[in-house]
Amino acid sequence: MERNQILAEVQEIFRDVLDNEEIELLDATTADDIEEWDSLTHIQLIVAIEKHFKIKFTSKEILSWQNIGQMIDCIASK
Amino acid sequence: MALLGDTATQFLATAIKGIGVERGYNVNLFEAEYNQVERQVLDPTSDYHQFGAKYTVVFQSTHKLLEQYSLNELTNEGVNDLMRERLQFVRTLCETTEGKVIYFNYPEIDDTVFGQYANRTELSFTWQARKLNYELMQLTQEYPNLFICDIAALQNKFGRDWMFDSSVYVSTEMILSLDALPYVASRVMDIICAIEGKFHKCLILDLDNTVWGGVVGDDGWENIQVGHGLGIGKAFTEFQEWVKKLKNRGIIIAVCSKNDEDKAKEPFEKNPEMVLRMDDIAVFVANWENKADNIRTVQQILNIGFDSMVFLDDNPVERAIVRENIPAICVPELPEDPGDYLEYLYSLNLFETASYSSGDKDRTKQYQTEAKRVQSAQKFTNEADFMKSLEMVSVVEGFTAFNTPRVAQLSQRSNQFNLRTVRYTDGEIAALGESDKHACFSFTLEDKFGDNGLICVVILKKKDAETLFVDTWFMSCRVLKRGMENFTLNTIADYAREHGFKRIIGEYIPTLKNGMVREHYPNLGFVPIAENTYELNVETYKPRECYIVKK
Repeated sequence: MERNQILAEVQEIFRDVLDNEEIELLDATTADDIEEWDSLTHIQLIVAIEKHFKIKFTSKEILSWQNIGQMIDCIASK
Repeated sequence: MALLGDTATQFLATAIKGIGVERGYNVNLFEAEYNQVERQVLDPTSDYHQFGAKYTVVFQSTHKLLEQYSLNELTNEGVNDLMRERLQFVRTLCETTEGKVIYFNYPEIDDTVFGQYANRTELSFTWQARKLNYELMQLTQEYPNLFICDIAALQNKFGRDWMFDSSVYVSTEMILSLDALPYVASRVMDIICAIEGKFHKCLILDLDNTVWGGVVGDDGWENIQVGHGLGIGKAFTEFQEWVKKLKNRGIIIAVCSKNDEDKAKEPFEKNPEMVLRMDDIAVFVANWENKADNIRTVQQILNIGFDSMVFLDDNPVERAIVRENIPAICVPELPEDPGDYLEYLYSLNLFETASYSSGDKDRTKQYQTEAKRVQSAQKFTNEADFMKSLEMVSVVEGFTAFNTPRVAQLSQRSNQFNLRTVRYTDGEIAALGESDKHACFSFTLEDKFGDNGLICVVILKKKDAETLFVDTWFMSCRVLKRGMENFTLNTIADYAREHGFKRIIGEYIPTLKNGMVREHYPNLGFVPIAENTYELNVETYKPRECYIVKK
């Protein structure tokens, strides 16, 4: 799948889980940029992304991402 | 509600609040800081004790227990001490908690350290976890305020890989997967709803392709699929066995089917493979009318709320019609394959209860005799003549070891004829029975058609030497319009007079369901003294007319 397509789908998931239609994701976006994105919603996002793309992240991967770009790379590699 | 856990519980808290809203409760939740279970419980000045929760939910995880077990020395003494300590903590929890305790049991983790030899040695974690769950069940016999939230059963149903998500755990210290949360929260609310008197009492069944395979009107009673011969009959046999068990436990079974009545009854009467028989069914409605209307008829005969009914039908269209017309009724989305019915129904835990008494199993018979009584009443033009013809007898007693479970249960179930809707558990009823500050009465009612069993309870509180306050007065709606209210009042007025009391004070606390007794006290000759509060002068009281003989 195209990287842009993945980003668009992940953005949809963020909007849905965090209940905020104004979220715009960029590769450089981090949790600091989005108010609703905290340690608890993080796990909801991950589970939702795993279900959506029918993939499974390892705990190490989850802890390694520094920004959205790295998360997208990880999804693209699966 | 207070929620204490030894792993992070934020999501569980959210899920409990959410399910609470679904069930009509706004849960005021106290959530202890992470991993403070012992400190909060053992310190009498803790925030938890200050909060004074009506329900305390405690979730100590198998995961953390296994961690302690793993750090322990592998000796009999070591492992037994660990479990003994845990049980002792649960005892302390029950003893120091004012309200009810909902304690999560322990879903097993098979660490495979002993292999399957774990079943042969006390040292294994498997042995200890199973034993602990058994001991917890035993503890409920000792502590009436202890209820077990059976998440071990949930794990049996869905599997450990579904319950536990390692990546969620590693990054958040949360032990439950997101998928498991609604189920776990639902099990917690099931217990609370049951204690609060909100639970299912009646199961209404469609027939064709729900109770048996095929269409009896087309196929004939001999050719429907049930039993071990035809088609997928086995699935329906096992479904019927489940319904029969529910009936034996005291759930009222009714039938609501689009069929000719005689055709619909034939399988019950003639097909030897049928597990369910006519005498298992309290109300049988088969015609070509709309199902929602037929369910309303069932409701009128049984006189219970729609929210205490479950309706099972294989046809999605019928389900939608019923759901739309009667929103309060529970209509599960049965899976397409009848072979899946049971496992799906198990997952819903539809018939939670907070008490059980052996008299429950006679309930179907009582509703059947009620139907006969209704027919007989139609023959009399004069109500008094009909009453006399019933030859009614009531046994009046205090609370005894024998009737305590039934009294407690009725206090949890009665919604309509219930003046103050105070719910009592077995333990509380037993304590009231012993109290010298209270006078307690239980009433049975038997007539020539059958015995209704214990149907009415009054608890009087002795306010002072001259005043009795009616703390509790509730009655089963099965015995409405028999003069039972008059008989009850005559009985307590006699008691008041014999013991030198001058007045009886009654209070009506309105709920969504008890509108039928709004005028109860004025109707019985009480005089209003404040809003919803009434007084009866014992000295000038004249016994009210009734045709019930005291035994």
